[in-house]
Order: sequence, then C-alpha cells, then structure tokens
Amino acid sequence: MHRLTWQQRLSRFDVKASPYLYISPFFILFAVVGLFPLAYTAWVSMHEWHLIGGQGAFVGLQNFTDVLGQPRFTVALRNTFSIFLLSSVPQVIAAIVIAYALDTNLRARTFWRMGVLLPYVVAPVAVSLIFSKLFADESGMLNALLGAVGIDGIGWHSSAFASHVAISTMVNFRWTGYNTLIFLAAMQAIPRELYEAAIVDGAARWRTFFSITIPMLRPTIIFVVITSTIGGLQIFDEPRMYDTLGLGGPDRQWMTLTMYIYELGWGTQMNFGRAAAVSWLLFLIIVAIGLVNFAITRRIASSGTKGARK
Amino acid sequence: MSSPMSSPMARQLVGKGAARTVRRRAVGDSRRPGWKTYLFLAIVLLISFFPFYFTVLLASSDAATIARNPIPSPIPGDNLFSNIARVISSDIKFWQALANSIIVSCVTALSVVFFATLAGFSFSKLRFRGREGLLVFVIATMAVPTQLGIVPLFIVMARLDWIGKLQAVIVPGMVTAFGVFWMTQYLREALPFELIEAARVDGASMIRTFISVALPAARPVAAMLALFTFVGSWTNFFWPFIVLGSSNPTLPVALQLLQASYFKDYSLIMAGVVVATLPLVLVFIVAGRQLVAGIMQGAVKG
Repeated sequence: MHRLTWQQRLSRFDVKASPYLYISPFFILFAVVGLFPLAYTAWVSMHEWHLIGGQGAFVGLQNFTDVLGQPRFTVALRNTFSIFLLSSVPQVIAAIVIAYALDTNLRARTFWRMGVLLPYVVAPVAVSLIFSKLFADESGMLNALLGAVGIDGIGWHSSAFASHVAISTMVNFRWTGYNTLIFLAAMQAIPRELYEAAIVDGAARWRTFFSITIPMLRPTIIFVVITSTIGGLQIFDEPRMYDTLGLGGPDRQWMTLTMYIYELGWGTQMNFGRAAAVSWLLFLIIVAIGLVNFAITRRIASSGTKGARK
Repeated sequence: MSSPMSSPMARQLVGKGAARTVRRRAVGDSRRPGWKTYLFLAIVLLISFFPFYFTVLLASSDAATIARNPIPSPIPGDNLFSNIARVISSDIKFWQALANSIIVSCVTALSVVFFATLAGFSFSKLRFRGREGLLVFVIATMAVPTQLGIVPLFIVMARLDWIGKLQAVIVPGMVTAFGVFWMTQYLREALPFELIEAARVDGASMIRTFISVALPAARPVAAMLALFTFVGSWTNFFWPFIVLGSSNPTLPVALQLLQASYFKDYSLIMAGVVVATLPLVLVFIVAGRQLVAGIMQGAVKG
C-alpha cells in the first residue's frame, strides 16, 4: 500500500477530531462554571470560609447544623415554597385558559400572541420596582382602590402571605404569556378530528376542553412544571427588590433561600461556608423534586397517555 | 421556517396531513371565536399592558404628586424627559451601565449562537463515537441548577481578578445547553447531508464546510436564539449584582442602585425603569414575532 500523503493524513485527522472539537466549548465551559463550582460548593461548605479572609479550618458538617438550627433557614424554606406554589399553579391554569382562547381562528392572530408575550421583555428587577409600588402598604394603588370600595387595606409587605401573593403576581405577570405560547403550540398539535368527533357527538365546548384538551396537554404541563420548578425555587430578583433594604422584610417574611445564601455570603457575616451549605441544601431539594417529577412523568408516560408533542 | 408557524402546523400543511387540513377548515367554523373570546383576550392584554402604563404615569409625574395620590391621574404628566435626564445625571453611572448591558448582551448572544451552531452541526451531522450519550448529557445539564455554584464561582473570579469586570458575566454565559439542543434539533432537519457531502467533495475542510453550509442553514433559528439570549442577558440580575456590583453595573444593577439611593422619589425610579426597559420594548416591536415563533417551535425556557 502506498503511504498517505501529509495532506490526506491531515484531512483524516480533521474528520476524526473536528466533531469533538466543535462540541468541546460547551463541555469545557460547563465543567468550569457549572460542575466544578457545584462540587466545590460541597468542599467550601465543610470549612470555615470568609468572603475576604478565605479558607479556614475544616469543620465537617458544622455549617450545615448551624444553618439548619437557624429559624431563618426554616422561614426562607417556607417562603420559597409558598412563593413557588403561588406562582406556578395559578400561572399554569391561566396560561392554559388563555392558550385555549388563542387556539381559535382569531383575526390579527400575531397581535394577540405578541400582546401576551410583551411582559416577558421586562427585567424582573424592573417588574419588582413597578409592583412594589402598586402593592405598597400605605401609598399603593391597590390598597387605595380597596379603600375606595370600603375594604381595609391589605398588608402587602407586613403580612407574610400577602407579600408572597404580591411577589408571585410579579412572576406570573412576566411568565404567563410565555407559557401560554408553549401550551398554544401543544394545543395546535392536537388532531382536530378529536374535537370534530366530540362536536358531532354533541359535546359542548367546555366539555371538549376538559375531556380532550387537558388530557392531551399533560406532557406539556409536566414539562412546564419541571422547568418552572428549577427556576422558581432559585427566585431572587423579585423578592430582593420588593423593598429598599433587600433583606426580605423586617421579619424576613419574604426572604427566599437564594436571598439567604446572598445574605450569609455577601451580607454582614461574609460567611462563605454557611452560604455554601445552604446552596448545597437547596441543590439537594431541587434534585429531589426533579427526581419526583421524573418518576411521575415516567409513570404517566407508561400508563399509555399519548403525547401531544414530540 | 421563519414564518410564525409551529412545526406541527407546518407538518399538517404538507404530505399526508394535507387532506386533514382541508377537513380542518370545515371544523374551523365551529372554532370561530365569538365576541366573548375577544373580550377575554382584550382583558388579558389590558392586564399585561397596565404595568407599562402605570410606569409611564409615575415616570412623568413628580415625587410630591405621587405621594399625594396613590391612584395616579390617568393622563401622563409632562416630567418624563426631565425625570429621565435626572436618571442619566444621577450617580448610578447610567451611560456606563447602558454600555455594559449592550456589550454583555451582544457578545453573549453572538457567542451563544456561534458555539451552539458549531456544536449543533457536530451533533446533528457528524459521526463520532459517543455522540448519543454526549447529547443526552447536554440535555440533562439543563436540569442542573448551576446558579447554586455561585460561592465557588465567585472565589474563582476573585482568583482571576475578574471581580467588577465584564468578562466575569460574559464568559460563564458563552454557550448554553439550551442553544446546543435547539440547534441540533433544527439542523437535523434543515441541513441536508447532500450539501455537506458536496462541500466535502469540493475539498472543503470541516470548518470550511461549517462556515459555508451549516451557518447559512442555521440562520432562522440563529436569529431567534440570539434574541432569547439577548433578552436573557439584558434582564439578568443575580450574578451581575454579585460579581460586578455598583462599581461597574449593568442596567438592572443600576436600577437596584437607583432604588437604594433615591427610594423617596418614585418618579425618578420609574423613569429609570422606563430607560432600562425601553430598548427591549423596541427590540420586541421589531422582532417580537420571532420570539413568538421561537417559543412555539417547541422551544424551552432559556
């Protein structure tokens, strides 16, 4: 056999190595700014570690027991879940209903679709500034309107639950339209014959909504819930900006876990060890919920529900 | 595929779905919306538009008027431009923040599109060992809450002496799993193998093939991916707030600063909201159609 020329060899190397070379930026970046920091969080969490002073003594699980013993951790955990539930459940319901209204032969279809998506371009920080004024306890428009019809003002900042409602409203304002479009795309993939058959059988429109649309949307609903869980449990911007101090209120009534991480690490304590411990705990919570979601999805998939998309 | 059609819809218009489309038109009549649907959607749009209007009302007012009237007068005042001028001349480093936001968002968007297309080309069209497994890995990373690695990431940035520098925000976002996955999906269908082979037969190297064949084919999705990345970076707060701080802010960080230093003057804060939001609203007016199409093509949250 005659030997390959230098050029042929180069070309062969090109074919072999290029595929890996092209995907490598993602893997390198993920390793450096994703995986490594997460793993290293566990290491930091087992040390005394100061924002400026740096690494101190190994303390084992001390940071975890310290943090778990703090009432603030429990409060932050409660707030995070409360805000998450108040923003995800109504949002999914609203998004499905709006998508159902959009899934008709509308005039000026693009106008309506763009209209629902508009809030998505407002930064959460800006959304929070707007809504913290609307929801101000003393000088807010909402309480003034309530007062005008003779209802006592609500402590949108002073009451824990009301503050969670206000913060969830911001999240819903920004994301409902986005999720509406995801549901709309899934609805359009539902074969129209199903509706046709139901209508021929004399089913009312609301009936087809519950017996056809909702079941066919199930995989999409799960998808939206999973993605909003990962983001929702890490919520920071909206509650951080809900008042000027950014600590989550005098009793930390709307402080979330990510805000707590920030307060521990970059607040007065500058305690990176404890901040890392809370990060790691939140990570485990998110992973656990992810696994539960995954199990539910698998079960639904294997129970024979036909997927509406993909 | 740049039309605002979802892929399921597109599929219905060709091939064996075509017959179905004809029938669908007949059923379509029963799905013609009544005035109640229009009314409902109009209310939804009013609700999502109201906060914008409220912002403009306050931004065009003044602190004393706002303090006196919790319910603002429905007609905008005439202080909008003077309030914006005050935001610009306040000590939040407005021009620097605007420039930083533009730089970070543009560089991130271009970089994500480039690296995602490169990886998408490889995953969808090139053959190599471990391809399927690696792609599954990429998808799985989307479920990893990497934001929780901030403590070590901050330590790394401090070691690199990047605290307060834009690269600390740009570099971690230079390529995303979401982008790689989207491009892979798209190029799988949009880029025929014949084109790649033709280029290869002509003696083009792999990278030459990528530039001359894959990049042009990726253009419609590249535009949408760039938009999503741009919006994502422009509105990002948590990490820039931690790593840049007030010395070298992006616009959201500057807004936080504005709130902290001028919390008594809501006309000023709302004018800040206006200037920070206006650029994206303009982008939305021009390219919102693309965003809608992007989400509806089965895109996931980025």
